[in-house]
Amino acid sequence: MSRKLKKRLIRIIISLVLFIPLFIVDKVINLTNVIPISEINWLLPFLLYLLIYLIISYDILFKAFRNIIHGQIFDENFLMIVATFGAFAIKEFPEAVAVMLLYQIGEFFQDLAVGKSRKEIASLMDIKAETANLVKGDNSFEIVEPEFININDIIRILPGEKVPLDGVIVKGNSSIDTKALTGESLPREVKIGDEVLSGTINIDGVIDLKVNKKYEDSTVNKILELVENSSNLKSKQENFITKFAKWYTPIVVISAVLLALIGSLVTLDYISWISRALNFLVVSCPCAIVISVPLSFFISIGRAAKIGILIKGSLYLENFNNVKTFVFDKTGTLTKGNFVVSKIYPESNRNEILKVASICESISTHPLAKSIQSFNFEVDHSYVISNVAGKGIIATKGNEKLLCGNKLLMEENGLSIPEVNEVGTIIYVAKNNEYLGYILINDEIKLESYELIAYLQKEKIKTIMLTGDNKDVAEHIGHALHLDEVKYSLLPQDKVSELDNIIINSNCLTAYVGDGINDAPSLARSDIGISMGQIGSDAAIEASDIVIMNDNLLTIIKAKKIAKKTITIVYENIIFALVSKLTILILSILGIASIWLAIFGDVGVALICVANALRSGKTK
Amino acid sequence: MKKTYKIEVDCAVCATKVESAISKIEGVNEASINFMTQKMIIDIDESKEKELLKEILRVARKVEPDFEILK
Repeated sequence: MSRKLKKRLIRIIISLVLFIPLFIVDKVINLTNVIPISEINWLLPFLLYLLIYLIISYDILFKAFRNIIHGQIFDENFLMIVATFGAFAIKEFPEAVAVMLLYQIGEFFQDLAVGKSRKEIASLMDIKAETANLVKGDNSFEIVEPEFININDIIRILPGEKVPLDGVIVKGNSSIDTKALTGESLPREVKIGDEVLSGTINIDGVIDLKVNKKYEDSTVNKILELVENSSNLKSKQENFITKFAKWYTPIVVISAVLLALIGSLVTLDYISWISRALNFLVVSCPCAIVISVPLSFFISIGRAAKIGILIKGSLYLENFNNVKTFVFDKTGTLTKGNFVVSKIYPESNRNEILKVASICESISTHPLAKSIQSFNFEVDHSYVISNVAGKGIIATKGNEKLLCGNKLLMEENGLSIPEVNEVGTIIYVAKNNEYLGYILINDEIKLESYELIAYLQKEKIKTIMLTGDNKDVAEHIGHALHLDEVKYSLLPQDKVSELDNIIINSNCLTAYVGDGINDAPSLARSDIGISMGQIGSDAAIEASDIVIMNDNLLTIIKAKKIAKKTITIVYENIIFALVSKLTILILSILGIASIWLAIFGDVGVALICVANALRSGKTK
Repeated sequence: MKKTYKIEVDCAVCATKVESAISKIEGVNEASINFMTQKMIIDIDESKEKELLKEILRVARKVEPDFEILK
């Protein structure tokens, strides 16, 4: 608790300690009866209550007075002063003090809640290291602030320390706790040559890192800035309350004045009408929703960041909640992208097939090639290898000609091949115009994909997959996951236009989920671009609206739940606040509402809304 | 040029009023006050920073006299 708040709490306690006994005594013996002279018998209770009143409200009095001098008349402070002075004027002394006391208690708890939320989010984001150990020529190190470290400097990270900057390990090995960034609790083993990101924690080994990004561009700074700035991108609800707040107070205050004037003139019972007007003044502050709505978004985004979900703006959180179509990239997103050889046909020819394929694919970096390279067959590198785009590879040496590729490659080289009824990518292999057989390669579906798609369907969200793969593969995955639609054989540029079509033809918000590699145009085009796992990729972070810092698709479900809960709480608060205030206003006009109810309508409602807002972002 | 400042603004409603007030200052292209993070982001001509900050403080304090721009 800050010093300012502590001082307020002490004043509140002192006032309570004085007020409660006085109030009880007053109720028992009626202080007005103490002085027997009727013209001045009210002086005793008045002075006693006034004393407590001044203790509890001197800061409000001061602020109200000062604000009037600055031209800001109708603010909360002035209204509270008028309301309580009014109560004093109509001889409701204990009410006047109690009203101010309750108001101060309410404001205190509100500020306490906001302060605590800010602290919680700040500590969640406590991923920044205060210092870095800069390694010097003689292998000693100097403690320096991370902002002063340059690219290619070597920093040493001791066990238990936070990694201050992004870099590559040049000495040592260790295991790294990435939980603060990715939400993953399993430590990552790292060795020389591996990239380590700032914001993670070094667990047990001593490692030296060659820094590859200055602090301003480091992962930890990017994340901190992203979360901080997220509350600047306001949601529809936040924009609404900004406009609402502008009008609400003046309207209520003017109504109060009219109410007092007209009511008093018509019925001449000016006490009754002034006290109704006072009630109006007390509920005239829209604080409840002006604080609780942004607070909900702020807390949700902060808590989401803690589990590895970076949401770039309150607006995106709101839109994400309303997304009704999900478009997925296949490779690396719904599937592992690790292409595994699942079959070699005929088995009897296995070695020969693999030998030929290994030679052909020996220098390719394509994932399909990698799955063949993983067999680690001895490769004769004296072959001349030529790539036939879109069809395959031809390797020649002397009179030998090896073919490795799709049906088109085979047919163009005069080979006719039998029909193959397999799902996956088929690589046909031939040697010296003799067809040897084929290799079947499959891209495994991620286990989490099933659960994610099932969840989305339960939420009545349309699921579509885009892929460059062929029809069979696409439809196979479509069936396995129960996807609503699959679009296949797409070249990279087709994917964006296909996404464009989907968005134009639907009348709802569309999210695109990709792994951040070459996805930037699609991520940018969609209403909500979600990139997965690419913590370091600048282009992906730039283009996407939500960055999920791990590869686990189930995190998307968590993100959806957070979005839903946040918006629900926001609407709960807006409706509750508006309905209560309106009810109290109406009851005040009718003369049924006491000033206590009005205080509840201001302070109580605000506290309830703030307490409700604190529930945001929890996924349990 | 967008610049961010740490500020002290005690009341959420005041924050919105201050934001609209300073947006109207000549030389301030855009202003955003974030009550949650206690930050102010303004788009200004950097060479006029000193005078604009003075004016911003003056205008903001008319709305909330406790408004502070922290160094």
